[in-house]
This record gives sequence, structure tokens and C-alpha cells, in this order.
Amino acid sequence: MTPISIPALTAVGLRKAFGPQVVLDDIDLEVPAATVFSLLGPNGAGKTTMVQILSTLIPADAGHAFVGGHDLRREPDLVRAAIGVTGQFSAVDNLLTGQENLILMADLHHLDRRVGRRRVAELLDRFDLVEAAKNTAATYSGGMRRRLDLAMTLVGDPSIIFLDEPTTGLDPRSRRRVWQIIGELVAGGVTIFLTTQHLEEADQLADRIAVLDQGKLVAQGTAGQLKALVPGGHVRLQFADVSGLQSAARSLGAVPRRDDRLELQVPNDGSVRSLKALLDRLAADSIEVEGFSVHTPDLDDVFLAVTGHPRHEEVTIP
Amino acid sequence: MSTRSYAAADSATMLRRNLRHALRYPSMTVSVVGMPIIMLLLFVDVFGGAMSVSLASASTHGATYIDYVVPGILVMTVGSGSMPTAVAVCTDMAEGIVARLRTMAISRASILTGHVVGAMIQTMLSVGLVIAVSLLLGFRPTADPAEWIAAITVLALFALALTWLAVALGLVTKTPEAASNVVMPLFLLPFISSAFVPLATMPSEVRWFAEYQPFTSIIDTLRGLLSGAPIGNSAVIAIAWCIAIALAGYLWARSVFDRGPVR
Repeated sequence: MTPISIPALTAVGLRKAFGPQVVLDDIDLEVPAATVFSLLGPNGAGKTTMVQILSTLIPADAGHAFVGGHDLRREPDLVRAAIGVTGQFSAVDNLLTGQENLILMADLHHLDRRVGRRRVAELLDRFDLVEAAKNTAATYSGGMRRRLDLAMTLVGDPSIIFLDEPTTGLDPRSRRRVWQIIGELVAGGVTIFLTTQHLEEADQLADRIAVLDQGKLVAQGTAGQLKALVPGGHVRLQFADVSGLQSAARSLGAVPRRDDRLELQVPNDGSVRSLKALLDRLAADSIEVEGFSVHTPDLDDVFLAVTGHPRHEEVTIP
Repeated sequence: MSTRSYAAADSATMLRRNLRHALRYPSMTVSVVGMPIIMLLLFVDVFGGAMSVSLASASTHGATYIDYVVPGILVMTVGSGSMPTAVAVCTDMAEGIVARLRTMAISRASILTGHVVGAMIQTMLSVGLVIAVSLLLGFRPTADPAEWIAAITVLALFALALTWLAVALGLVTKTPEAASNVVMPLFLLPFISSAFVPLATMPSEVRWFAEYQPFTSIIDTLRGLLSGAPIGNSAVIAIAWCIAIALAGYLWARSVFDRGPVR
């Protein structure tokens, strides 16, 4: 699919501060229609604030944005009519059943009663919620809630959907299911604005990725373009004991990433030549290596390269 | 565009949602009606004897104690109705469903209107139930239909005032627990009013407070309408209080709500 010429979303010079703390600093973005744009960053990078501004929840301090062709500041209602939001701050009504939640959305979108009921039935089916339809949302598991949340977003047929960390806290299976749904939506022409701290998620889903760090966009491009920013991958070496780790660190000039692991990451492009050079070096210093693995560059390396510091927390990826 | 034309439809949708909440989780509503009924039983059947004696010594036109106390209990019913409203509004804001609604092209006012209308319906139903119970217990009002309508109108106006106040309090409190605490005074104020005993029996400082706080004027107005006691200027003061509280609550709630989701 080639994106059409009018972007679904444009932001120029967006800025937001809460008191003295600058949360978003001069952000420029452009998202072509029917694509997935991913805003990638650690906790506290400003991702949710970005979504709150673009979805009309809070005003920006400065800058302009057009969402679905409408000025965010001057035509918020037209923007609201074009978007759907699912995310950390968006929610379901816990005291209503899944079905009632969807009907609430249908009523608020002023769908004709019959059309609304049919749409609700379709969505319950599509999101595997038929059996739970008559239970209150308070009894739902995390995955079910997220699916209901997403289904509620879709009742109004939005052309642009904001997904704020849609898979945070989900088990691997539910996560795959959400990814699958996102794929279907984009195939149907919907534009997705996705925030995530999962590098794999951005890699899997996004056409374009922007890396947000401490309120600033530090890199933007396709997954391939971003990976090209890092010259190569790395080799991971494992050692039997601390002395092995220390002598290897000294010999190779590398710093262990975590003290509690007998592990060293050394930049390496993965070619036979450079691997041989590395192994020769270790042999020359007679350092025992217990485990050895080669990693081609992934977004983790990109993040490290563009922000100059490792991600704040380890993420387990299924 | 859609905002204005759909305001009524959206308010009706939000009202349906709030009433469904109340029906599904009636415990709060039940305790709100239960409390005034317990007070009624307590004051009529337990303290009633002693109360009649003190009543006789103050000049209260020979009414029986139940006729004296029911207007106070009715106002208390309205007061306690503000608790579920404040809690429901606070819960809504905390759970983030409102954040979703704010990103939709709906009438924003409908979110609050739905709460207010829902609370009014519940409170007036409670009032009706309390009237029925007091009639069973021997309450014998002398009111004609016009006086009944006037009495119900005063109660509805007071309910509207306290509901808007409760909505504002629900918006500014951060947890449902805090919301239920902050409306406590509305529940306690009737005790320092003419609800249970005539003002003449109170020490002078307390009496001064009791005389000028809003509940007393409203209770005296109701008492006049239902049991024929003299109203004097209480009715004007009562209506002025209701309008002032309703307006202040409304403006406060709107300004807090429009300020946005970040608190």
C-alpha cells in the first residue's frame, strides 16, 4: 500500500511542560494515512502526553497539529469525530457488562438502534467476547479488557486510532492477538498511532518509528533506517566466573552491562573476519569463554545508539 | 456541530448509564434511604417520648413529635443523597472512562448532566419512600395538594442544589473515600438545625449557627407547608439558599470539569 498524499497527522513544534518539567520539547511529526506510526520510548519519555495532546485531552503549550485534516486547537470536535483512543488512560466502564459498554459507545456515536446493535454483535464476535458479553467488565482479565477497550474504540469507525501502550501488561498470547488486530485495521485503511516501550512491537508493526527520549525526538525513520544508524551488531560473551569476566572486560575494553550477570556485550558486525579477530584476542589473553552468541543489530542497539544510554528497564519479549 | 444538537440525546445516554450503575450496585442507594429511615424510627420510637416533653415546653403549636421531625428527616434524606453522587463522580474521574468520553465528539456537559439527573431521580425516589414510611408510622400532615406540590418543589430544588455541590466535590476529590468523607457535613448539619429539636432549646451560640444555616430555613418552610406551622420569611431564605448553592455548585463543577483530565 502506498500512503496517499494527505498525511493523517501532522505536528509542528509541539511543546508541553508541567510546571518546570518540560515533557515534550519541540516535536515535529508526520504520519501518512493507512500506516502504523510508532512512538518508541521508555517510561516517562512523554509518550502518553503526546497521545493526550493529539487526542484533544490536554492542550499543548505551543505548536500546531492537524489530525485527520483538522486543526487540533480550532476544531477539536472534528478531530474527536475522526479518532479513537485506546490506552493507559482510556478505559472501560467497570460496572457495565462488555455488551453494555459497547452499546454505550454506539449510543454516544448516535448510531441508529438497529445498526448499533448489529455493530456491537459484530465487535463482540470479532474480539472473542461473545461468551463474556453479559459479565461486567470488572470481572475481565487484562487481555479481555484490552480487547473490549479496542472494540469500544472501533464502534465509531475511526479513521485514526491512538493506541497508548496497547500490550503493556498482556501475556504473550493476548499480545499476539492485539498485534493481529492492528494488522487487520491497517489493511482496512485505518491509520495507527502506536506508543510502545517494546522494541519488538515497533519493529513488528510500524511503518515508521520515532524514538522519544526525555521529551525529545532523537531519531525517526523505518525500522531498517534506524537499524542502519548502528554500524553493527554485537557479540555476547558469557563467563564461568567473575575473574574471567573482568579480564575479558579489561582485554576488550568493554564494560559489563549488569553486575549480576557474568556477561559482556562487545560491538561486532558479525562478519567471519571480525569474529575471528575477537576470538583470537581472547585466546591470546587465555580467557575462558563459556558461551558465545552473535546478535545482528536490533532496535535495542538503536535505542542505545541514539539516546546514549541503555533503556531504563529490561523488557521480556515473548 | 454535533455537540449542541446531541446534548439531550447524550445526556439521556449518560443518565441511562448512571441509573444502570445504581440498579446494579444498589448498596449505596439502599444505605442512603436506610439512614433517614433509621433516624426516623430512632427519633420517633426511641427518643420520641423525651422529645415530646421538650417539644411541649417550647411553643410548637401542639404538634406531635413525628409531625415535627418528618420535615427534618426529609431534608436529611436529600442531604444523604449527595454521598453516592460525589462518590460516583469521583469514581468516574478516577477510572478514566471519562477520559475516553472526552476524546469523543459528544456533548461534554452530558457527562455531568447525566449524573445530576440520575441523582435527582434517586433522591426524589428516596424522599417518596421516606414519606411513605413516615405516614405508616403515624405522620399526619395537614397539607392540601397545593402545599404538597410546594413542599415537593422545595425538596427538589434543595436536591438540585446539593447534587451540583456533590458533583463539584466529587470532581475535586481524588479518591472515592475522600469523596464520601467530604460530603459528611451535609449529613451532619441537620443535627445542628431545627430538624430534631426547636432552636429555643439550644445554647445561644449553637442557636445562632443553627438559625442561619441553610437547613433550618428549608426545614421550617417544609414544616409550615406540611403541618401548618408559621413559615414567616423562611421560604424566601430557603429558596435563596437553594439557588445560591445550586449556582455555586454548578459553576464550580463546570470550571473544574472544563479544566481537563490532569489533576
